[in-house]
Parts: sequence; C-alpha cells; structure tokens
Amino acid sequence: MMTGAEIVIRCLQEEKVDYVFGYPGGAVLHIYDELFKQDKVKHVLVRHEQAAVHAADGLARSTHKVGVALVTSGPGATNAVTGIATAYMDSIPMVIISGQVPSYYIGQDAFQECDTVGITRPCVKHNFLIKDVRDIAMTMKKAFYIANTGRPGPVVVDIPKDITAAKCKFDYPNDVHMRSYNPVVKGHLGQIKKAVQLLLGARRPMIYTGGGVILSNADKLLTKLTRRLGFPITNTLMGLGAYPATDPQFLGMPGMHGTLEANMAMQHCDVLLAIGARFDDRVIGNPENFASLPRKIIHVDIDPSSISKRVRVDVPIVGNVPDVLAEMIKLIEAEQGKTEIGDWWKEIEGWRSRQCMNYKLKNDVIMPQYVIEKLYEITGGNAIITSDVGQHQMWAAQYYKFDQPRRWLNSGGLGTMGVGLPYAMGAALANPDLQIVCVTGEGSIQMCIQELSTAKQFRLPIKIINLNNRYLGMVRQWQEMFHGSRYSESYMDSLPDFVKLAEAYGHVGIRVERPEEVEGALKKAFIEHKDELVFLDILTDREANVFPMVAAGKGLADMILAEDL
Amino acid sequence: MRHIISILLENEAGALSRVAGLFSARGYNIETLTVAPTEDSSLSRLTIVTSGSDEVIEQITKQLNKLIDVIKVVDLSEAAHIERELMLIKVRATGKDREEMKRMAEIFRGRIIDVTDSTYVIELTGSGPKLDAFIQAIDAGLILETVRTGVSGIGSGDRILKV
Repeated sequence: MMTGAEIVIRCLQEEKVDYVFGYPGGAVLHIYDELFKQDKVKHVLVRHEQAAVHAADGLARSTHKVGVALVTSGPGATNAVTGIATAYMDSIPMVIISGQVPSYYIGQDAFQECDTVGITRPCVKHNFLIKDVRDIAMTMKKAFYIANTGRPGPVVVDIPKDITAAKCKFDYPNDVHMRSYNPVVKGHLGQIKKAVQLLLGARRPMIYTGGGVILSNADKLLTKLTRRLGFPITNTLMGLGAYPATDPQFLGMPGMHGTLEANMAMQHCDVLLAIGARFDDRVIGNPENFASLPRKIIHVDIDPSSISKRVRVDVPIVGNVPDVLAEMIKLIEAEQGKTEIGDWWKEIEGWRSRQCMNYKLKNDVIMPQYVIEKLYEITGGNAIITSDVGQHQMWAAQYYKFDQPRRWLNSGGLGTMGVGLPYAMGAALANPDLQIVCVTGEGSIQMCIQELSTAKQFRLPIKIINLNNRYLGMVRQWQEMFHGSRYSESYMDSLPDFVKLAEAYGHVGIRVERPEEVEGALKKAFIEHKDELVFLDILTDREANVFPMVAAGKGLADMILAEDL
Repeated sequence: MRHIISILLENEAGALSRVAGLFSARGYNIETLTVAPTEDSSLSRLTIVTSGSDEVIEQITKQLNKLIDVIKVVDLSEAAHIERELMLIKVRATGKDREEMKRMAEIFRGRIIDVTDSTYVIELTGSGPKLDAFIQAIDAGLILETVRTGVSGIGSGDRILKV
C-alpha cells in the first residue's frame, strides 16, 4: 500500500522525469514530503509558479521530453495559468500537477481554493480532477500520453490533499487505451500521392514549415525532402532550425517581420507546401490577401482543425509529419528527373538581392542587430537561444542563424513576456553541455527577474543579453508608426541598475555602452565567466525599429523595408 | 445555415462544460443544447443546434472532435434525420379562449396535461420549427410560461451513432 503522494512520485519516476519545477504549499505538502524521500526526480525550486511552468516548458522545448511542474492550490494554480496558456498556444507537451483543497472542502470557498480545472479548461489539451486515490496511476499515465501524442499540449492534473494522503496498491499501467482519443499517425496515401504530383509539376514551388516539424523531430526528413526537390523554404518563428538557416535554399523567416524573399515567395508561388504550420495572422497577414491568389496549397498537419481554419487548402493531409514526409520522400525518389524551376529561383534571387536585413551601423550607439550578429559569431551558432517577447525577440530570430532544431525557444503563440529566463533555466538543466543564452529586453526581463535567485541556487551559467533601449520597444515602434508617435506608457523609467542587481543575486553583471565594447564584453561573458551567470546590460539605440514589417491586417506583399524610410 | 450536431461523449464531470466552453471561447453560437446519458451509462448523447457558414460548421466539428472527452461527432443535418423537441406551454384559458386553445392544441397534436379554472398546460412535441409555429399561431398575450427542452435528433434508418 502506498499513499497517493507516493504514487504521484512513483508515476513521475516511471515516466523517467528528471526535473520537476515547482513551489510548495499547503495542498501539496504530502507530495513534497515524498519528493524529499527520494532522489530520482530532482526538484527545482523556482521563485514564482509562473516560472515553474515556463522552466518546465523550456526543458520540453529544448529536448523532446514532457515538462513537469508542481504547484499548490489556489494562487499556486492561478500563477501557473500564464505558463500553461503559453505552452498550450505553442503545443508544448507538459504535465502540470496542482494541489487542491481536500475533496470534502471543494466548493466551500476553503482557504486557497480555486476551481483549477475550470480556470485552466480553455488553455489545456485536457485536465483531470482526481477524486479517488485508486485513479492516480491511470490518470498520470493518461496525462503523459495525452500531453505527448497527437498535437502535443499541456495537461493539468488537480489532486485534492486528502487523496494524496489516502492509500492504495500501486500498479503503473503499461499502456493506455482511450476510446475517445486516437490520434492519427499515417497520412492518407492517396492524398500524399496527389501532393507529390503537384510538387513535381510546380513551376514556382515554396515550402513553408512551422513548429510542428520541430515538435515531431522531423527536421532531418524535411531537410532531405527539401534538398531532393531543390525548392525554396521558409521556417516560421516557431519552426526556426528545422532547416539549416545557412543553407542557400533557406529564404529566412516569413511573416510580419519576415524577409522580403520569404514573403514574396509565399505570396507568388504556384504550389505551397505547408508542414506543421497554421497560417497564423503574424505569418500570412490578412488571409483575404493570401487566399485570393491562384495557387495550390498542400497542408500537412496532425491536427485536422488546423487545416482550412484560416486559409482553404487544396490537398489536406492529416498525419504525423515524419510519417508523411517519409512517405513523400519515397514517392519522390521513385520519380525520374528534376523539376525545372530555374526561372523561379532567378526571381527569388532578385528579391534576395534587395538585402532586406541590412541595417546602418552607428559609431556612437550600439545597434541591437549588431549585438545578435556578434553573439552568433562568438557562440559559433551553436547556443540555445531563448528570448522574451518584443523587438529583441524579432532581432534574435532574424540575425541568429539557427542550423539545428530546438535551439530557439520563444513564446510565439501567446507572446508571453517573462519566459526568457525561465526557459533558459529549463534548457540549461536539460542541456548541460550547451551554451544557454537569454536574449531579452529591460521590459521583459523584469517580468520574471526573481528567477535570478533560482539560477544562482542551481548554478546555471546562463548568459543574459539585455538589449536595453529604455523603451517597451515594440510598443513604441507601433506607437511611432500607427499612433502619431504618442509614446503612451511605453518608456521605461526608474530602471534598476541591472549590473548591481545581478551582483546582488550573486551573479556577474557587465554594462556595455559603446559599439566597440560589445565583442569584448561577449567574450568576457562566454570565456572568462563561462561557468557563471552573466547579465550583460547592453544599452542599445533607443529608437531602432524592427524591419522589414508587414502592418497588421495587410497582405504579405505589402512590406515596409528599412530602406524605404 | 442551421445545423444539428450530435455528439457522443464520456459521461464525466466537466465534459459538458468543455463542449459549452468551446462554443463560447471560439464565438460559435448555440441555439439549443440537450444532453442526457444513453443506455450505456458511461456515455452521454448531446445534441446542439447551431448555425454558421460551411467553414464555421467544419471548424465546429473538428474542434469538437479534438476534445478528449468527445468520442464521436456527426452533423445530423447533412443527411436524412429526425428531430424532435418537447415544449410545455402554460396559457391563459378563460371564456372563449378556453375552447380556442383546446382546438389549437388539437390541430398541432398537442395534449393538455394540466387544467385549472384559468390555465392549461399544453404538451407539444415536434421539430423546433413546428413548436415555433404553434407559438406564432396562438395569441401571444395568452402565453404565461414556455419551457422547451431543445432539439434532440437521430439519423434515419442505417445512420447510427454508436461507439
């Protein structure tokens, strides 16, 4: 016989969970007691529950494991909600265990009671409230299974305190069968054949891939397919690293801050192959302008509801991306010859020659783009880069060339400021041999700044690149462009001295104020202070804007380039 | 276009709110919703009447299928089906209205199931539009109370929704 709390921990061990990110409290005391008695599952004590979920999410994004967080009832659970919603929007496999008041108190407005299952329902793949200790093992098994199959996503398991104290026999199920949940794996062969025929007959083909390729570990198959076809390819913000960014077939990122060549190719192709992507508004702009063009769209996705949601597609293929790609490659390799798309490439090279990513360096002020380029050089392009949300996020995505998957972690869907540092913590624990960099801004970093303390406790040698422009830069950019330069509440006043702040937490802080200091400071951080957390507070050009840009609601071809200004 | 969507779902706490929550979160409308357990007590059968363009209805069925507690979804209105709704309507029945109301109930094949000196309760079964027609047909000033169950539907003949 085991207590419910012991069963919870045993389930985590059975699922080979290395790290649980969490924060204790009344309703989870029994679970924490069992954590204390074992050493297989390591617990990382964060300083705020939001960061627990983000850190577990960062671990999941940087590996392909399920991230696990543990929070108490009431405020513990509500603090976790932003993290859960963030993971949900980006389809990250997670299991979040929340304590609940004893089952006989539920509904009585007990101390630290909230309806966790109700509050999280719209932002989870699924959630459970356990009402019987005998259900814990099967529920945990289902939670991990649901989180990590089909289109992945977070699953919340809410466990009342009395259930964690009750006892029963522990028997972890080997497998799970659910009559209501059977994700599709193989794609429809007839549809795949149709898609291949379209691809081989295309004169202006384009491949567009999203986070689904990363999540399903299909990067190698994608690369093989793309090289075999010789087609141009773009990866979305969530899909960066799925295809090597340094390869000539790669056109850069598409969308609101995508490259001219990627957006124009998306807009002017005759056959578009979309894989594990969802035609998001930040990627295709206004669907009216996108869908009206005469072209064939092939869409491969594991989630049928992603298909024909914003843009009607001609060849839908529901299936697991690697399975579908393997099938496609097999069919294509059986075909003779190569598609003739030389004219299309000439057109693309014309767009590419506009060099839309060029920016002007300044003698006396640090340009943020320059910092990312130097960061790329010094880390050899091999670091895991996490980012927060805003201008710095776009510059990191644009100027750091990701050649490998799971090296770029950011909140693409929900756009959650504050994820950068906790993502870096999760990534650092899961990837001790890689350099972990958090590219952030002075606005975002303050949203989870308390985690500098966690990073100290667990000796995580994260390098924080704070692109400090003393503005909420993306808000300011939109205000400049669309609100008559009325900078309503977008300035950052009374900023802390980040160097002293880093030092107060026991880390190394370095301020960088001049362009010629950037390279030296980065080297100092990555070489001299290799094993320490270094907070680089880099004062950048205050009013640098992110270009190219497609204004919200416009079509992709309606681009504003830096050179136009 | 009006659609009748029929759903088999796990008869579990919270399953209904997942369905209802999906409709409100994604801005789909619900005209009626009925739910009750089936002969297999682990299953609930839910019928939703909704409306929307073909694209919206396609998304609704896809999103419903995504819910973990949902086992099967079918758009009944895609093919031959039968729909029924039950209405209990309390009307004022005095003087000459008393006979008139009885006659109307008979025309619509309703039954008077509660009688007092001044009121009737009429039970009426039929498709949603038929119940609407009854309400239209009688003097609005005489209606005291209306209770409708919402539409239940079932496919014709061999169209069977089962696990």
